[in-house]
Order: sequence, then structure tokens, then C-alpha cells
Amino acid sequence: MWKSLHIDPKKCTGCLQCEMACSVEHTGVINPSKSRIKVFSFETEGRKVPYTCTQCTEAWCLNACPVDAIRIDASTGAKQVHDDVCVGCKVCTIACPFGTVNYNQDTGKVQKCDLCGGDPACATACPTGAITYVDADWTGLDRMRAWAARANTAVSE
Amino acid sequence: MGWNRKVLRVNLTEGTCTEEPLNMQWADEYLGSRGLATKYLVSEIDPKVDPLSPDNKMIMSTGPLTGTLASTGGRYTVVTKGPLTGAIACSNSGGFFGAEMKFAGWDMIILEGRSPKPVYLYVENDKAQLIDASDLWGKSCWETEEAIKHHHQDPLVRVSSIGLAGENQVLFACIVNDLHRAAGRSGVGAVMGSKNLKAVALRGTKGVSGIKDMKAFMKITAEKKKVLADNAVTGQGLPKFGTQVLMNVINEMGALPTRNHKDVQFESAGKISAEAMHEKRPTDGKTHLVTNAACFGCTIACGRISEIDKGHFTVVNNPKYWGASGGLEYEAAWALGAANGVGDLEALQYANLLCNEQGMDPISFGATIGAVMELYGMGVLTKEQIGIEAEFGSAEALARLTEMTARGEGFGKEIGQGSRRLCTKYGHPELSMTVKGQEFPAYDARGIQGMGLTYATSNRGACHLRSYTVASEVLGIPVKTDPLTTEGKPELVKAFQDATAVFDAAGICVFTSFAWTLADVQPQIEAACEGDWSMDKLNQMGERIWNMERLFNNAAGLTRKDDDLPPRLKTEPAKVGPAKGLVSGIDKMLPEYYSIRGWTEEGVPTPATLARLGL
Repeated sequence: MWKSLHIDPKKCTGCLQCEMACSVEHTGVINPSKSRIKVFSFETEGRKVPYTCTQCTEAWCLNACPVDAIRIDASTGAKQVHDDVCVGCKVCTIACPFGTVNYNQDTGKVQKCDLCGGDPACATACPTGAITYVDADWTGLDRMRAWAARANTAVSE
Repeated sequence: MGWNRKVLRVNLTEGTCTEEPLNMQWADEYLGSRGLATKYLVSEIDPKVDPLSPDNKMIMSTGPLTGTLASTGGRYTVVTKGPLTGAIACSNSGGFFGAEMKFAGWDMIILEGRSPKPVYLYVENDKAQLIDASDLWGKSCWETEEAIKHHHQDPLVRVSSIGLAGENQVLFACIVNDLHRAAGRSGVGAVMGSKNLKAVALRGTKGVSGIKDMKAFMKITAEKKKVLADNAVTGQGLPKFGTQVLMNVINEMGALPTRNHKDVQFESAGKISAEAMHEKRPTDGKTHLVTNAACFGCTIACGRISEIDKGHFTVVNNPKYWGASGGLEYEAAWALGAANGVGDLEALQYANLLCNEQGMDPISFGATIGAVMELYGMGVLTKEQIGIEAEFGSAEALARLTEMTARGEGFGKEIGQGSRRLCTKYGHPELSMTVKGQEFPAYDARGIQGMGLTYATSNRGACHLRSYTVASEVLGIPVKTDPLTTEGKPELVKAFQDATAVFDAAGICVFTSFAWTLADVQPQIEAACEGDWSMDKLNQMGERIWNMERLFNNAAGLTRKDDDLPPRLKTEPAKVGPAKGLVSGIDKMLPEYYSIRGWTEEGVPTPATLARLGL
């Protein structure tokens, strides 16, 4: 069973623990500038929104890559960049409609979320449950539950 | 290593930026941030220097835990000689600026001299340069941050800047970073203004690579985050209500200084409290509070983000204040509210927004307004002098005086000198609620006796963040003590002062100390930093930092008489509440405190004390 990163922006406080954890997991250095998940702050609305790759099924990045450096990890479903194949041409960064594949000038390769092999560091680090790692088929479960709770109230009234 | 081992020295007079190695022996003795930057400052400037002259220096510094996964590891400190007090000034701030300094590869930035024209410092990793800021001079902190990001076409730049208050050298001007976090107290923004330095902008992509044992560090920091999450104050109270959780609590204790400390309870405290921020407004059906927010790496997230009532008289014609923004925190809500008798939450938020926008410390500003309103009530100051009527409780006066002070207009210039200078000028120095010229924060020294000693002995002038005995006297952390007695308070204050100095030096937030003791911080330092970091060593380090600051103040000319409270707190008993009939027992506590510190009766560290601490 594959799982998905599930993001609930309402719970995000903007602490960037996720960005730090991501960079440590992938580079060994605490360095949010190399994180594959980014938290955006919409100051005048008071909103913080973490954003990263959704692991599209028909992944633009994967299809665009001229050297087949992006492949599906069968165990997690992650579209994973293989550094030994990637030539840093950046076509995938143009192809991705969401901007979640980015070039890393330190390595000369592109980088994107790889779900940390099935144990995403960002979800573990998040102190508020804004980022969780849930059944890929049931990312709507919490929202369904919330609506279900309302429906129940309506009936009993 | 938690350190980058690199210092950036910027000579503003010459326009040069040079790199030098961090003094690692000092790092071993003073850790970082407040401790290490103070060591640099006291080694490099004459304690008698005019704080606003080019000979004063200003240091922005991180600690070894700044920019790491340690919870709240995002703090940075500004150390300089303070213009409000003539004492050591040391103000720290959260937000994201401190971590960025580490990511750019630096531990601290030493700013010296005075630029012949307005400039800002732009640091991109190893590259540092001074850039002409003529077009930024006259802009607010908010505009400056936006303009710098725009100029470099880089939304990820982190900026600390001064607004009009710092430019005009308002003596309680602060340095604002990330829109609404600030190195707030003691007028560090005025020093920055005196150097013609508009802003420091940072961009770092190197990260923190030198953690001694990353695996151990990840494990211990995760464990300690759980301690914060499981604690009622840091896990529930602060995220939900922010520091404002205290407004009603302190008011009920009869320790909420009201109308320039004439009263100890505020009849409208409930209207400006955390609870009020959660209630729907009758005017627009919205709550004042939008959400809570965290500084870098903070798993507490006490920050308040609020939206002002668009129909309120202060902003009805001014849409730029309509969006969500920082505030209100407890200290600001008290100083702008209770201290002036103003119970209009929206007016307080307006004043708070202006303080953030133009870089003013709302504590000192609000408390100074309290003195102005008292002088006005006595007839010492008149409408003609001030420009408006300024009665206690007037939200209109608060709003207008904030604008005038932030912009340096008319009587605002005098308010910008702080309450001691203002009250002295008008013949009533006794009405200035200050120690060493710095205004009190939000706890009455009659109702919380330990805070009286805290204020009197704080090295940066009256301040709650040097030994927050409220934790013990009100909240029972780590043990409950009776707020109404002086007994045991000298020991308590010393213990809090020394421990807090280490929290500050590490680069973490003192709010963690509601859940953490030094024993929780120690293993995090141990995992991050090379060397031996025993509890004994850290305890002694805290005491060393405290005494180092004291020596600087003594050399600057401060004496025992500067460790005193205004007569009001010593002679006018609290009128109501649990502390009714009480005055501050400062005169009893102070000699005992000196003795416990190993200082002479005049408040000077003895040779034996200095030798013991390696000073």
C-alpha cells in the first residue's frame, strides 16, 4: 500500500522544522535552502502553507526527462530522481506544473521529494500534525469525517 | 561544532567588510549570542562611550543552537551600549533572521563606526557588501524589507531594519525583522540609526553543517520537543492564548500596573485579554485573532497574528493596516493598554502595528505615554504643549501620540526620549516608572516581589526577560513561591538570572524555560558543540555572563543607586487585590542579593568573585 504526504495548512505555524528535517535527511546539513518541501507565508492573510511534490501518477517530470533519470520507486510510488543518471538539463523543472522539481547548484542535479524511502522526515518533524503520511487512497478521509459529523448532526436534529 | 567559527566585521566609516575567525576560547567560556557578543563588545569599546557616537559598536550575534532543529533555535541578539540607559544593551529577537545568519556561514556581525551616508549591509553567503540606502531612508521597516527583496529579486532574503524611529534616534527604537519580530528593548534601533545603517539583509544557502553528533542531536532535540509539547504552558497555553494568557491572571493577582502604576488592577483588563482576542467582535462578527505563528524552529508557536477591525476609527481610512499582522502580545497589550488606562483592543493593535512598522519598543513607548497622561492629569503638561488632550483612558490620544512619536512630529519628539528624560524635564522624575532609565514591563513590583528585584538589578534596565520569576511566583515553575513575600527572592532572582543567560547564549527562546530547565538544554548543547558542557560549567557560565555585564555597567558609571525602584513602588501601597497595603521590599532584598552574588555593599563584584568566575 502506498502512502501520501497529506498537508493541512490550517495546522501549520511556519516553524520550518519540516524544511530542516528534509535537508538533514538528504544532505546531512541543516539547510532549508536545500529542502524539497517549502513553507510559504501569506503574511496579510496570516496563512502558512507547506508545499511539495504530490507524486502525480502521469508525472510530467518523469515523462519530460530525456535520460530517464526520474523513475517510480515501486515500494512508495515516489517519482525519484536518480542522481547518477540526471544530467541537470532542468527540462523536468519546466515540465512540472507545480514547481516542485528544482535544480540544486551544489550538486548539478535536480531534486524533488522522494518520500524519504517511505518514512518522510518532514512528517516526523512536524510538531502540529500539519504534515502527515497517510494511505494514498484516503487523503480525503479527515475531510470526509468532518462532513460526516455534520451530516449526523443534521439528521439528529 | 554549533558555530561557523566566522565573524563578519563591518567598518561603516571605511565602508569595509572583513572576515575574521571566531575566538574559540571565548566561545568555550561564553557560548554564543548574548554571552559571546557581550564578551566581544566589552573587549572592544570604552564603557564610557557615547552610545550614539561612532565609537560605540553594535553586534548582531547567533548562538550555537541558532539555525538548528533544537526547538526555538532561531534567536539572534543585538548587543551594544544602550542609549536609553547608558548600560549594556542586549535585545534578542526570533523570526527567521538569526537562522539565516548561520546559514550564510557567519556566527556574528560586528558593526562599527558610522557610515557617511545611509547604507544597508547585504550578505549572500561569504559575500558581504554595503549598498547605498539613500532611497530607503525615510521608509518604514515593512517598506524597507519589501524594497530590499524587490531590489535583489529574491523573496527569500531575510531583513532586519530600522524604521523612522531608529532613523530619528528615538531612544527606545528597535530593530525589526521578518515584519513583526524585534530586538525590542533599550534602544538598539537608535544605535543602528546613529550609524546610518538602515538594514542588514541576509541570504544563506550553506546551512549548519558542523553539528558534533547529528544523530545524537536529532534524537535529543526530538525528545526535548516532546517535553515542550507535553507541558501545559508551552504545549497548550502559549499556542492557544499566547503570552496574553497572562492578562487576566496578573490582573486578578493585583499585579497589573495601571495608569502609570497608580493602580494595580485594570477594570478593563478583560477587554484587552487573550480571551477578548478570541471573541467575535460585535462590529464585524470576526475575531481579532487570526492564528498563532511560530518563529524559526519553534514548536511552541506563541506568536499572535491578528486582524484589526476595519471600521475602527484608527484605520477606517487606512487600508494598509487592514491585513493580518503581528500582535498583540501581553507586554504590548499591557503597555499600550493598562499602563494608560486604555481598554480599546483595536486601538492597542493600531498602536502596536505602528510600533512594528516604524520600529519602536511598545513597552517603553506605552509606559512613557502613561507618564505623559499622568503629567497631563496633574496639569503639568497641557493640551497646548502636547497638541492634543491626553487623559488616561483616551484611545484617541494613544493613537495620535503613537503616530507623532513614530514620525518624530511635535511633542512626539519628547516622548521619543523615554519617560525618565521626559519626566525629569517637566520636574517630576519620580513619576518615571523606570530603572536605569528603562521602562517597566507588565508586572507590578508590589504584587510580585521578585520582579521588583528583577527590575532593579537587570543589567539592561527594567526588564522581565532577565529573570522571569513570574514563572515561580505565579505559575509555580519550577517551584511555587509566594509572590507577596521578599523571602528567598534574592536567591530565586540570582538563579533565574544565571540560567537565563545560558538560554540566551545558546540561541534559544527563554519561553522554553516554562518546560525546560538548564538540564534539558545541556544535552542539546553537548550534542551540537565540541568540548565539555557539564551542568557545572554552564551554571558558572551564566554567572560569568551576568558579572561581565555588571562590570561593564559599573565601568560605565552606574552604581548602587541605579539599582533602585521609583519611590511610588516603595511608598505607595497597592490599593486593592491580594497585595493590598504592600509596597516593594526592594530595600530589604537588594543587600541580600549583593551578598549572594559575592558583591560588595556597593554592588561591585569582589576580587574573589571575579577570580572564581575567571573574570
